[in-house]
Amino acid sequence: MEAINWHSFFFLLFGLAAGGFALAVVLSGNIVRMGFYLIMSLGAVAGLFFLAGAEFVGAMQLMIYVGGTMVLLVFGVMLTARGPFVSMKTPGGQWVLATIVGGSLLVMLLHTAVSVDDWRVKAVAEKAELSEEPPEVELSETTNPDRLGMALVGVRSDQPDPRQPAEEFGMSGYLLAFEIVSVHLLVVLIGAAYLARTKRVGSRD
Amino acid sequence: MDLLTEPVGLSHYLVVGAILFVCGVLCMAIKRNALGVLMGVELVLNGANLNFIAFSAPYLRADSQYATGLDGHLIAMFVIVLAAAEAAVALAIALNYYNNHATIDVDEGDELKG
Repeated sequence: MEAINWHSFFFLLFGLAAGGFALAVVLSGNIVRMGFYLIMSLGAVAGLFFLAGAEFVGAMQLMIYVGGTMVLLVFGVMLTARGPFVSMKTPGGQWVLATIVGGSLLVMLLHTAVSVDDWRVKAVAEKAELSEEPPEVELSETTNPDRLGMALVGVRSDQPDPRQPAEEFGMSGYLLAFEIVSVHLLVVLIGAAYLARTKRVGSRD
Repeated sequence: MDLLTEPVGLSHYLVVGAILFVCGVLCMAIKRNALGVLMGVELVLNGANLNFIAFSAPYLRADSQYATGLDGHLIAMFVIVLAAAEAAVALAIALNYYNNHATIDVDEGDELKG
């Protein structure tokens, strides 16, 4: 018997958790339980990020998503979940329609995912055999917060020299997007605070 | 047992991403609670994010020269930040809706129906 590939083992663990809890979110009718299942699913996705070599993004996923966005959602659930709104049933007809549409979408996506040879396990394994020695992972090749931060301010350390005009295409950093996101966050902060002010029912105008 | 002894490829990640995406779309379509719809949006964004991360990892695929590298990570981070902003605004709208209609059922908000 071959030795267990631990990367695959943990992938299976996190992948099953992510998919299973996502399915539980869809099937559960209770909004509080849905929130809990969603937290578990997002945490498992963070584990998949770590496995794919995106440590920093995985940490961000845990901190911003699981720690921030989900707290916000749970807040909303707490403020609105009373009596009949905790668990609302969906009519059976909508379930049937949704299952048909979702099932066909899933089939199409899965077909696309497995249809490219270079993305499959066999090709990856053959490539590993071809290059007899195990691929060297240099420390500078791993993604670290430094390189991400440099790219955010517009300097790409992972690309060839951007000063040469021939290599310039498509090598920009993300400075503009970074600035737009920061302004966007400010607008959202003000807008959300404005929208969420308490108003009495019936005094709309 | 093949899955335990063989290395995983890009396809595996895409399969998990597709499942998350479809679950999110279903959630958005059938949930009557506005916050349930929001949770569906989060699932969709996560499925897309997982694909971005998987495509940027060079050792998951045989054609590793086409891996998106740092770009995928950066876009995934932008998606996470924008998802947080979107959740804040959507939650504020949901609370407003709840205050005005005294319900959180999205089917009740049908003033625009002709």
